[in-house]
Amino acid sequence: MTRKSKENQANIPNRINALPVRHTATVVAGIIVALLALMLAQGLVTNPRLEWNVVWKYLFNENVLNGIGWTLWLTVASMLIAVVLSVLLAVMRSSANAVLRGVSWFWIWFFRGTPVYTQLVFWGLFSVLIPKLSLGIPFTSVEFWSVDTRNILTAAVAAILGLALNESAYLAEIVRAGIEAVDTGQAEAAQALGMRRGLIMRRVVLPQAMRIIVPPVGNETIGMLKTTSLVMAVPFSLELQYATDAIANRIYKPIPLLLVACIWYLVITTILMFLQSRLEKHFGKGFEQRQLGAGASGTSPAGNGAGTGSAGPTKGTGKGGTPDQTDKDTVKKYNETMMTGLNA
Amino acid sequence: MSTHGNTENMQNSSRDTVRPSAPAGAHSGVPAVAIKDVHKAFGALHVLKGINLTVNPGTVTVILGPSGSGKSTLLRLINQLETLSGGEIDVDGEMVGYRHVERGGQDRLQELTEKEIAAQREKLGMVFQRFNLFPHMTALQNVMEAPVHVAGVSKAEAKARAEKELARVGLADRAEHYPAELSGGQQQRVAIARALAMDPEIMLFDEPTSALDPELVGEVLGVMRSLADGGMTMMVVTHEIGFAREVADQVVFIDGGVVVEAGGPEIIDNPTEQRFKDFLAHVL
Repeated sequence: MTRKSKENQANIPNRINALPVRHTATVVAGIIVALLALMLAQGLVTNPRLEWNVVWKYLFNENVLNGIGWTLWLTVASMLIAVVLSVLLAVMRSSANAVLRGVSWFWIWFFRGTPVYTQLVFWGLFSVLIPKLSLGIPFTSVEFWSVDTRNILTAAVAAILGLALNESAYLAEIVRAGIEAVDTGQAEAAQALGMRRGLIMRRVVLPQAMRIIVPPVGNETIGMLKTTSLVMAVPFSLELQYATDAIANRIYKPIPLLLVACIWYLVITTILMFLQSRLEKHFGKGFEQRQLGAGASGTSPAGNGAGTGSAGPTKGTGKGGTPDQTDKDTVKKYNETMMTGLNA
Repeated sequence: MSTHGNTENMQNSSRDTVRPSAPAGAHSGVPAVAIKDVHKAFGALHVLKGINLTVNPGTVTVILGPSGSGKSTLLRLINQLETLSGGEIDVDGEMVGYRHVERGGQDRLQELTEKEIAAQREKLGMVFQRFNLFPHMTALQNVMEAPVHVAGVSKAEAKARAEKELARVGLADRAEHYPAELSGGQQQRVAIARALAMDPEIMLFDEPTSALDPELVGEVLGVMRSLADGGMTMMVVTHEIGFAREVADQVVFIDGGVVVEAGGPEIIDNPTEQRFKDFLAHVL
């Protein structure tokens, strides 16, 4: 409990100075949790089989640090590609053009419908299966340009492409849920101003959808951080999990090296969570503020702290959804997206 | 893009236009909006059943009617937020949404492209019941959005114009506020400023005060009244009978998808049709 600062308070005669409710349960739970945590810590520290000296020795090993670099690069590169693709796919999915809708549907169906491990194996085998890429007239032998596949599709490129294309299918559904959660009145108002579909998407709908999209995308990014350990299927052998595995196999000490990997994954996850909260703040602009200075005339809580981002229903209209309802809808959509993600 | 030119036109016209004292019909030339035998159905639901209505430039038309009578649908048809099922709407003498073409010796209607529709909409400003301000932009950014990204006006010019429009609706000091920080009445006034910044020839108001707390209705009606006094052509769907009586040049009562009664504002005090009498008895 922080002490109340006197100067920040209005001068109220007979200010209530009541005794607070005792939070006995909180105190008891705190003691129990603290005890359990101590026991766990003692177990972790004193258990000789965890070999903390080995953990410490390899925590900053050159190969491990190198592995972290590759893991981060794989995560960031594949997520960036996936985000761009997914926005494209989501916009295509709601396009008036039936061909674009179909392509988007097929893409999501295919990349969500097959295991990412298998996809990575195939990306690794791509240059064996299709040794040469060429540009020419289809079904003839006329060729303008061609290239050896293995020169472009290195293991790292195959790994990034494999991860990105798979992820784009999941993200596309998240983006679509975000787009659909934006109130239709927003697009109507934009249309009425003479804006066209592409512009409305870019300037009005997507910025508002981002607010809903960012938390699940953060979730997916953290998931991707660990999915990168699957790129050994390509095979790509420089990322964190593979690097620690290699050391473990060399010195016959798997447990401490797993701990090394865990520690680093946790560190990166913490950083990613921090970045996510910054992003959420950025895209929450205009939604978080309460009434700062609405002026003397206005007492109506016109702001919709929650919900679709339409200029919210005002108190006492009874028309349109209440902010609570809209918020629930948003949460529901978000949950559905998460379920599709989890069921993969 | 010619918004700059339009700006001057509009200012000139608002200054020079003498408020028409005679009701509709006294004007020569092209009507601002001509609605001809308009039908609209949503599936099996026949909402508008042959509406005829003419709005002359510089006049205010107030559309009254019970909920579900189709009056909002009529406004949305003019702005092509809904597509016509039958009939024709002309804005400034130009048919909305379609073009006549000849196919196999027959006169057919060709749908306009999205680009052409967007261009037609630029003549019309619209204000919605639920404001529909862009919540991720400040009041100023809301007003600047279309001039910059639709009309291609420079940011500096658009900002100056936006500040002027916000001042016109009495919100110069709220430019940097997000919609969530404004009262309902203030939000609606920003929405009006946003529409005005595109120099519309006609303003459509779809129940602009229905979502407002009673004490905030006056400020929005005040802005609308000053617009009308400036000579703006307006079509207003509203339940504010007082506003209709004082500001309207033409009052139209719609019920069951047809125009039941239309005339000057005096028909509010001397209705002839029973359905209009019943409606007025309810709302007055």
